[in-house]
Amino acid sequence: MENIVVNLLNGLSWGMLLFLISVGLTTVFGVLGVLNFAHGSFFMLGAYLCMQIMHILPGFWSGLILAPLVVAALGAVIEKWLLRRVYGRDITFQLLLTFGILLVLDDAVRIIWGPVYHVVEAPAIFAGVFPLFGNTYPVYRLFLVIIGPVIGIALWAFFRFSRWGRIIRAAASIREMAEGVGIRVPLLFTAVFAFGTWLSALGGALAAPHQSLAPSMGERIIIESFIVVVSGGMGSFPGAFVGALLLGLFESFGTVFLGRVQMAVPYILLAAVLLFRPRGLFGREA
Amino acid sequence: MKTAGLLKFLVRGLPVAVVLVVCPFVLPVYWTLILTEILIMGFFAMSFNLLLGYTGLLSFGQAGFFGVGAYCVGLMLTHGGESLFLALAAGTLTAAVASLMIGFLCVRRDEIYFAMITLGFGMMLYTVAHNWIELTGGSDGLPLLTVPPLRLFGLELSLFEPATMYFTVLVVCSAGVFVLWRVVHSPFGLMLTAMRENKERLSFAGADVRRVRLAAFAVAGGLAGLAGGLFALFNTMATPDFLNWSFSARPVLMTILGGSGIFFGPAFGAAVFFGLEQLTTHFTENWMIVLGAILILVVIFFPRGILGTAVHHFRTGRERRP
Amino acid sequence: MSILKVDRLGHAYGRYQVIEDISLEVQPGELTALIGPNGAGKTTFYNAVSGKFRPTRGRIFFDGRETTGLPAHKLVPLGLLRSFQITNIFPDMAVIENVLVPLVLQHKKGYAFFGSLRREKALFGRAEAVLGKIGLLDQAYRKARELPYGDKRLVEIAIVLARNPKLVLLDEPTAGMNPEETDRMIRLIKELAESFGTTFFLTEHDMRVVFSIASRIFVLYQGRLLAEGSPDDIRGDEKVREAYLGGSADVKG
Repeated sequence: MENIVVNLLNGLSWGMLLFLISVGLTTVFGVLGVLNFAHGSFFMLGAYLCMQIMHILPGFWSGLILAPLVVAALGAVIEKWLLRRVYGRDITFQLLLTFGILLVLDDAVRIIWGPVYHVVEAPAIFAGVFPLFGNTYPVYRLFLVIIGPVIGIALWAFFRFSRWGRIIRAAASIREMAEGVGIRVPLLFTAVFAFGTWLSALGGALAAPHQSLAPSMGERIIIESFIVVVSGGMGSFPGAFVGALLLGLFESFGTVFLGRVQMAVPYILLAAVLLFRPRGLFGREA
Repeated sequence: MKTAGLLKFLVRGLPVAVVLVVCPFVLPVYWTLILTEILIMGFFAMSFNLLLGYTGLLSFGQAGFFGVGAYCVGLMLTHGGESLFLALAAGTLTAAVASLMIGFLCVRRDEIYFAMITLGFGMMLYTVAHNWIELTGGSDGLPLLTVPPLRLFGLELSLFEPATMYFTVLVVCSAGVFVLWRVVHSPFGLMLTAMRENKERLSFAGADVRRVRLAAFAVAGGLAGLAGGLFALFNTMATPDFLNWSFSARPVLMTILGGSGIFFGPAFGAAVFFGLEQLTTHFTENWMIVLGAILILVVIFFPRGILGTAVHHFRTGRERRP
Repeated sequence: MSILKVDRLGHAYGRYQVIEDISLEVQPGELTALIGPNGAGKTTFYNAVSGKFRPTRGRIFFDGRETTGLPAHKLVPLGLLRSFQITNIFPDMAVIENVLVPLVLQHKKGYAFFGSLRREKALFGRAEAVLGKIGLLDQAYRKARELPYGDKRLVEIAIVLARNPKLVLLDEPTAGMNPEETDRMIRLIKELAESFGTTFFLTEHDMRVVFSIASRIFVLYQGRLLAEGSPDDIRGDEKVREAYLGGSADVKG
């Protein structure tokens, strides 16, 4: 019983982080039609900047709030100055461009902060452990499990009810028509890209106390979020949620039952989705 | 028309061939080694380009098959294999089979998904190589402690000799390039080009697009495995890094640098890549960031690649002259 | 026996029913047309019949066998081909290569990794014959993208005809053409139908084309079959006249 609860919490906390990153990825894809390979790098930047900001303005919350904003600004600049130049071209070039950005950002992180591991302390309120079934469990992870759905619901409400949210959804369905009804598409694109980047960096900042920071953080998360998005369905909000939770839980319970093979779990999920439901759980027919 | 083509090929190819043959005798050993690596990686990039330039598929996981070939050769030689030829053949075949299996899952979706999914499965292979310690030696890699000599015309030549290694690689890669040439100019090659240009039309002309893609993927994967096998011999080692996506990035970068629209573009790109690496590492250790920046610049300003842009200018210039 | 028989065909996107309850038969060798105002569902009908997707309702029979839900590439070897309203060719390939693609597939050489394409004399011969029939032989080695619009549409026709199909669905073959090109197309279709016995089933907005080619016309309106008959029948039909009242600009003579 104890094991199940622990694994459940682990899976959920990681799943929530994955969800944040994946929603950003899938929204950018839905509106801009671009798959941002550098999305994981923004996650990593969010974590590292959070740590850096905490050196200047002590307190986790300053890092949590400011870091994603800084990274989002960077995202806006990248969209405006780099990505925009390749919109008209073959999709391959867009992918290659974001891949190039990934290389630059990942190496930049390594150069600035070094290849060593860094640790970020959880904020005082959520620091430490609480007793669970005779053992202890980090409070911060519980915080993640709770904050995840809160953010998720906020996002859902945003997309559903707010004016900007509806514009984004409309733009995702019919890109050309959005322009026709007077929406300034270039500005919208920059805004959505920045938004997606912000989400990813927020995930990174939230992840900072959860795991140690290393320049390889970006790699792991981008592959997993690719799998989430393919499994859940590209451009689908509920897909990102379900996919992320599934992957988080599979991975977490996988350690118990599968031992070393656990590392292959994400790929097994991917293979299963591709075999039985290629468009993803919530995806539309291709 | 055929003799004209052959003549053109010889005129352009002969100087290059001569240079390639003469190089190891005039250059210091260090450069012979670099050249050997350029040949292997150039061939790897050309196999990748079968997918990108000819079929229109961007695969970020080719290193997985490269690594399968490398480990296959490594395992065969470590367990008493005596024939280099057999080891390389086995590596190629195993990689082709692996790409058939993985390709089956990948070809179900298009472009963007294909890029993501191939990345994923490439990393899956990396995970296997990294964690299946009993088979692969884990992150330490698989050392090729005994490499059988090359047995030719009654002679026994050791591959530890840089010049011998170089010429072996040159011959095998040339054979591989010849295979690629034939594939590209075959009826199947026409299908690939048609797929890149208009896959809907191809499907409505009677082709099962998925199967054509799978076939292309298998050929590219098999040849990647051959390159990997050579690389294992060259390094006398197979390590999981060969399968990592950062290794997968190399043929991508080389092809973009050189130009995906030209048959030898990726090979040219490989030479440029290594040249840039040599140059950059003189000044700084931070090669990746430079590479990323160059990729961004090339994608934005030179989408045809360096060789591609040059050829394009040359051709359009020629057409404009009265 | 009809070459194409469609039984209560319907297709819906989500809750939106695009076409519904369409039953018709096309006889072999008969030049048939499908007309209807914009949005009537003509292209959806063609998409369903030509294998772009499986219709949500109804059945399709081609040349005696049921083909409901078969994907396009499986219908092609059976002899069912289609052309597209928006020119769908291989732009960067030479015109003759465009025609070679279906031929290679027809001769099951799609996976010939090692053969030399250039040596396939028989295929080149056949491709040249097709281009000759269409009138594009002198352009055979130009890149398809360099041709004028009307000729590009002809390349599309050539691709479709290369395999000697039994039934060809022509989706607005004269779309965007000037009167001269349109006349040429009309003549071409008539000639081909006569020489090869190919059944042409075309959809068009240009009524002149329809009335000069077709011997049987089906009228589609708001996703349903409104009327069918000979050109005279259709010209005199009240329902058809009403349906076209708003779109009388389409009816050119």
